[in-house]
Amino acid sequence: MYQLIKQIIQTGIKTEAAPQPDETMRVEPQRLQQEILRVFGNALNIRHVDAGSCNACELEIHAVNNAYYNIEGLGIKFVASPRHADLLLVTGPVSRHMETALKRTYDATPEPKLVVAIGDCACDGGIFSSNGACGTGESYASCGRVANVIPVDVAVSGCPPTPTAILQGILTAISAQKKGASASPDFLKSSCPQIAQD
Amino acid sequence: MPITHPNLRLTRLDGAIPVWLGEINPDDLPSICQNVQDGGGRLVALWGSDARELAGKSFALHVALVNEAGLICLSLALDAVQPVYPDISRIFPAASRMQRAAYDLLGIYAHEGHDHRKWVRHAAWHGGSFPLRKDFDAAQSRSPLSNSLPLAGERTNEKGNLEFSDEPDAYPFVQVEGQGVHEIPVGPVHAGTIEPGHFRFSVVGEKVLRLEERFGYTHKGIEKRFESLTLQQGVKLAGRVSGDSTVAYAWAYAMAAESIAAVTPPDRALWLRALFLERERIANHLGDLGYLGNDVALSFGFAQFWILKEQVLRNNAALFGHRYLMDKIIPGGVAVDLAEPGMQTLRDECAMLEHEARLLRGIYEEHAGVQDRFIGAGRVEPKLAAQLGLCGLAGRASAQAWDARVQFPCAPYDRLDVQMATYRNGDVAARVIVRFDELFESLRLQREILANLMQGAELARPIGKLPGNGFGIGMVEGWRGEVLVAIHTDAQGNLTRVHPHDPSWQNWPVLEHAVLGNIVPDFPLINKSFNLSYSGQDL
Repeated sequence: MYQLIKQIIQTGIKTEAAPQPDETMRVEPQRLQQEILRVFGNALNIRHVDAGSCNACELEIHAVNNAYYNIEGLGIKFVASPRHADLLLVTGPVSRHMETALKRTYDATPEPKLVVAIGDCACDGGIFSSNGACGTGESYASCGRVANVIPVDVAVSGCPPTPTAILQGILTAISAQKKGASASPDFLKSSCPQIAQD
Repeated sequence: MPITHPNLRLTRLDGAIPVWLGEINPDDLPSICQNVQDGGGRLVALWGSDARELAGKSFALHVALVNEAGLICLSLALDAVQPVYPDISRIFPAASRMQRAAYDLLGIYAHEGHDHRKWVRHAAWHGGSFPLRKDFDAAQSRSPLSNSLPLAGERTNEKGNLEFSDEPDAYPFVQVEGQGVHEIPVGPVHAGTIEPGHFRFSVVGEKVLRLEERFGYTHKGIEKRFESLTLQQGVKLAGRVSGDSTVAYAWAYAMAAESIAAVTPPDRALWLRALFLERERIANHLGDLGYLGNDVALSFGFAQFWILKEQVLRNNAALFGHRYLMDKIIPGGVAVDLAEPGMQTLRDECAMLEHEARLLRGIYEEHAGVQDRFIGAGRVEPKLAAQLGLCGLAGRASAQAWDARVQFPCAPYDRLDVQMATYRNGDVAARVIVRFDELFESLRLQREILANLMQGAELARPIGKLPGNGFGIGMVEGWRGEVLVAIHTDAQGNLTRVHPHDPSWQNWPVLEHAVLGNIVPDFPLINKSFNLSYSGQDL
């Protein structure tokens, strides 16, 4: 016990300042009222859903919980059920085999709810589809980007996005939208037809 | 010759590790497999390919076995109309799921196999079509069987695209009957931040009588996707088969390509690859040791180990440009160099990690509550481990002394004298000990690599295009176990079939045995002690 306490004291506090929200990550205009955001901002519950990722995004979501980013210190915590959640953090291209599970998880999350798509695959289908660059990213096995299956409020690109970017995405989702700020990053503005590939 | 059999002629393949190839008749497969097993060998991977476009060719089955002499890759030509081969799951139980996946994806099947349920297929395509066949048409193959007209239950959305119905994806789980037995279905969406899969527990009270896994949820068509990529694009995809093993996959892929192209990367590139691989092992072991503490309510362990892991990842980002070293290994070499200031950073990091991890190991070992949960949980006896082909770090914790870095040391491991960590107890505590031992060994290797890193300006001997009708195989000891990548090229030298194999294929079925007799609340702990990949086996 002595060693354990000594180690805690010697380690000290590693937590760094949280990043600011980034409006370029916003896909949909902010739908929630200021009052709700204020409540969310003090105690936000997140349900993570891996909809088919390669697990690299999961590694970074784990890292958001480490002492450097200390997401719980901001009043944000990960919960075990969508019924307890305010925000869904969705990774991966949505595999066709996870489509139903993702929809059901979304339906099980009470309103008002937010969705943050994490990673390049969640933004556009990524490397797993031959029409990823076009924006929807489908194949015989993949429904492509998360927005093809459930509504997305904020999208965080990166392969995988850094913990700072993930944190920024979450904070953007629960922040009031600044006036005049674009609500859709360029890579999601594409209006490509949805073509089944392969 | 690695094995002798009257109907087997093996030829040695050029490359970094010892690989022999043999074309055999399907009828000889069981006896050759038995021969390898009798000699202490194991099954590594099983996959199929569709070569019907080539004159005189049809489907083929490929089986990669390993014994002390090296990898033995057997190829069997199968009939175009009835692509059947003899079942080998009786000899190697790990073959069962691989055989089922080979049917789901390619439509080749094992004669007299005892389990014919689908494995990776759910409802994305119907049972009569096979994605890895060259004539597969995704649009025509959606389940339920759809032609141009939507079937009942399907509807079109406002954009006019066909949407899928919530077709029940029936799967016949094995039922356990008896007084007081009930089932707990878990997943695919789990309570923690982990990948999706389904676990069906049959329990009495809290005791697990049976666990049955159902995977395939993250199947995203990786093998099909490889067919439309160039060699250079393919290495990026290989690095995303299982993100936590990105270095191992990229190296195995590069090794396979270099074998076909008969290219040897520059020495410095090989040493840097080993540095990356050991750093991947260090980062993953640190992370899992933290979570193992967390799972037995010692959140101190999570806090401490993840501080260490974060420092490794930050050094990766600062020195090599990516926290997980993705896309840093390319066919022919590496894409990033290391300068002297960076080497000093890594030497300092090694000293810090060594000191801190030794201290934390002492705390884990002296913590009564932690040891009470670790010892005896999820035990896999060495005999069972050998029978089921348990591999990688979990295998080494159950006395399965296999480590590709030791048995088949490709450069630079041939000069590093890797010490294998093995243990006999096979429980969570043993897997924790193996992880600690491997962590310290990897730190030693990293110091050795830094001391002996070959000088040279050349980082890669680029490979433009592969020769036609080539076949190459690469195998790397990733942190979880052996990662294998096989590459087949067509007549023009394009990728026609790439098969990435994750050690999770072997180890997932063993987890079903490891939890028997344990209580349900210990499952997360036992599961984490293996920490297997879903994406790596769903593909």
